[in-house]
Amino acid sequence: MIKHLLSGGDLDADTATEILDTAAEMATVAGREIKKLPALRGRTVVNLFYEDSTRTRISFEAAAKRLSADVINFSAKGSSVTKGESLKDTALTLQAMGADAVVIRHPASGAPHRLANWVDGSVVNAGDGTHEHPTQALLDAYTMRARLGRLAGLSVAVVGDVLHSRVARSNVLLLSTLGAKVTLVGPPTLIPVDIAGALAPGTDVSYDLDSVLPNVDVVMMLRVQRERMNDSYFPSAREYARRYGLDGPRMRRLPEHAIVMHPGPMNRGMEITPEVADSPRSTIVEQVTNGVSVRMAVLYLLLGGNNR
Amino acid sequence: MTAYLITSVSVVGAAPTDLLIRDGVIAEVGPDLTAPDATVIDGTGLVALPGLVDLHTHLREPGREDAETVESGSRAAALGGYTAVCAMANTSPVADTAGVVEQVWRLGREAGLVDVQPIGAVTVGLAGERLAELGAMADSAARVRIFSDDGHCVADPKLMRRALEYVKAFDGIIAQHAEEPRLTEGAQMHEGEVSTRLGLIGWPAVAEEAIIARDVLLAEHVGSRLHVCHVSTAGSVEVLRQAKARGVRVSAEVTPHHLLLTDERAESYDPVFKVNPPLRTAADIAALRAALADGVIDVIATDHAPHAVEDKECEWAYARPGMLGLETALSIALDVLGPEWDLIAERMSRTPARIAGLTGHGVDPAPGVPANLTVIDPAARRTIDPAELASRSRNTPYARMTLPGRIVATFLRGEPTVLDGKAVK
Amino acid sequence: MAYPPAARSSPPRQPSVKVILASADVQRVVDRIAHQILEKTQGAANTVLLGIPTRGTPLARRLADRISTFEDVAVPVGVLDITLYRDDLRRHATRAVGPTELPPGGIDGKRVILVDDVLFSGRTVRAALDALNDVGRPASVQLAVLVDRGHRELPIRADYVGKNIPTSLAESVKVTLAEIDGTDEVKLYGGTAS
Repeated sequence: MIKHLLSGGDLDADTATEILDTAAEMATVAGREIKKLPALRGRTVVNLFYEDSTRTRISFEAAAKRLSADVINFSAKGSSVTKGESLKDTALTLQAMGADAVVIRHPASGAPHRLANWVDGSVVNAGDGTHEHPTQALLDAYTMRARLGRLAGLSVAVVGDVLHSRVARSNVLLLSTLGAKVTLVGPPTLIPVDIAGALAPGTDVSYDLDSVLPNVDVVMMLRVQRERMNDSYFPSAREYARRYGLDGPRMRRLPEHAIVMHPGPMNRGMEITPEVADSPRSTIVEQVTNGVSVRMAVLYLLLGGNNR
Repeated sequence: MTAYLITSVSVVGAAPTDLLIRDGVIAEVGPDLTAPDATVIDGTGLVALPGLVDLHTHLREPGREDAETVESGSRAAALGGYTAVCAMANTSPVADTAGVVEQVWRLGREAGLVDVQPIGAVTVGLAGERLAELGAMADSAARVRIFSDDGHCVADPKLMRRALEYVKAFDGIIAQHAEEPRLTEGAQMHEGEVSTRLGLIGWPAVAEEAIIARDVLLAEHVGSRLHVCHVSTAGSVEVLRQAKARGVRVSAEVTPHHLLLTDERAESYDPVFKVNPPLRTAADIAALRAALADGVIDVIATDHAPHAVEDKECEWAYARPGMLGLETALSIALDVLGPEWDLIAERMSRTPARIAGLTGHGVDPAPGVPANLTVIDPAARRTIDPAELASRSRNTPYARMTLPGRIVATFLRGEPTVLDGKAVK
Repeated sequence: MAYPPAARSSPPRQPSVKVILASADVQRVVDRIAHQILEKTQGAANTVLLGIPTRGTPLARRLADRISTFEDVAVPVGVLDITLYRDDLRRHATRAVGPTELPPGGIDGKRVILVDDVLFSGRTVRAALDALNDVGRPASVQLAVLVDRGHRELPIRADYVGKNIPTSLAESVKVTLAEIDGTDEVKLYGGTAS
């Protein structure tokens, strides 16, 4: 078993499948009267969050608590800006407290990799800068498998601000490992250079959403920050929505069985219309539910045994 | 003054001979010299080169004496085979007045390990808004000839034109850090496959090439001398090749790290590999090596950039850019170029001395010339241990790498600064 | 299952292997347990069989099959995975979690019979009781095992035992079942060759 989960690329197909299978068992716990398992009794999980992300933090917190781990929430927001305690000093503090795992959210790409050098426990990347968010990719894969029955051979369009998206990077890596075909769609300004070579050969790029939609099983809409238009990535929110937003007519171009995903939080009216977000094709609420199961599986597989 | 007799040493790769150093100069060169009063150094298997000259060194004093001082940086330079270094202006306060450049110059003299030639800032506070008092620095005791805002680009084309023109009055030269700032906002590493994978904001090659293209045209237009710092891309090499073919008075330097290390080093997210301009691709390295061999690039300069531990043991994005270079440059050159001693002397001593106007440096050992030289054991191999470096900082990108060549001795005006591989003082 | 470590390192001795139950014996023993369950539960009404993976699962199915053959009663069968309740998780690399499948009627108010192949320290059964506690509230819990080899470390006993095998701690008992291993057999791997 791997020691850390830093990147979607850390997982080979067998390990990724084991996580998804384990998550499926963990999901049954959610349906029980007693939503608790003793597997991580006596383990300490620290949520080290340098960015506000209530949804990700409570998802990890619920996952750890359902496995009976002790959870410490450490909100370090702003300390990088104010030149407070360094990440290394914080790491040494967590180490001294006996953290078995540190779940880290950080605005700087690669911060979890640095942290992994400084603590003995497992490090779980809960989103680093514009780099990766591997548990999001796992819950997305879990959701696709649950809805469509398989991952191998699926055609997945990831639409929007790929350049700044940690969700997109992790999804491209993980979905490719699991045999799905990914097409990245967005304005050329928001598609990073050399994406196929950088992440996974076979990854396609398209600038035309309408031509992609009829041929996909999954369309995953990424959040687009309105601030991006102040940096000339696109002229206006209206033009962006017109060219790359998913609305009702576009949704009806999808095959009958295709699903619509969004990692949240959504900009309704920007990348996705309320009609689409609230349609039966949308898996947005399931993604949140599945997030807890997948994170339980990750924490169990990292901490459940003697993997030192 | 002690005399030194170096026996059976190869001078710049030639057949072994003896060198007698006395009274600050090379007294004699020839076979079977005898000097009963001289300390004898067995030079068998060793190579003597004119003392190395670095056009691009950050000594950090005044301001960041925790990272480096003029003295510690001078010692690192001597141990690297250098007899002269040009100290960059981005200190605190900035070396933008006669007072600061004279302070650095005096500290160098006091250390007495290498000649420290201050570089003056082009603009006040490196802010890129108005010219610093270039003439006052030129007329000071430090006799500044090279001016640079290194760390920052003189991005304003009008200001750059004025600077190039103004320094003609005292045969000055503008050394440009070529980086179009609007194209590198927030940039963390070379823009390419690796930056995409790592989710780090890219520093595109075109941001360097566009400024070099503009500046060679400006230098051509006003008939001035331009020096381009740390050239890092294949595209920059092509721009320089064309400019030189047209006769533009432009010189260019490349750092050892840009000749050896690629952007893939960033995969560890260890900021010891963060540098500006960033490490590029294998194709860029190949172009830079070819340009160094054929003369489109004139000089190897270290861009020795010491940083305190806390500025490197952190997140990549928060780390300061730069890496140590003085104590490893010759080894990298030997690794990259092989035992091409004349080429190494040309790129690391003669040409940089000429560009900086440092008389007495960059001259091959011959009777009567100032005894500024270094003696190298090309057969030795050493494994770089950051803890053993003379620099106050530890940010070498070559830690645990085994590199060829070892500096055995360095002489500054006939006085040894390094003997038996160790600093004399 | 690997051989247990030799009690003494020297002199090296050939470990002995002894077949305790052959294929026909295993089937006879399963039949007997099925009869005992019918007798003790007065017809196996309101009863659920829960197999503990790995080999408790097919054993539970066989028992249900025999019971329905003997008395024409359909006893619901399920699987109770106890991985996440083990007390030795930290002593091993992470163990894969298996499925827990409760029969459609659930277990609340039922007589649950846990089924496993070998009863040894009792720790597996302890974990199963904990797991059971989290998935429902049975009226009563019983335990059926193919083999009881002794050496209990907890106050746990079986209600139905196919065969008691006196063993030493240096020995190990290995059950194979046709559904998983291809053959039905119970073997004793010895530390002391008798």
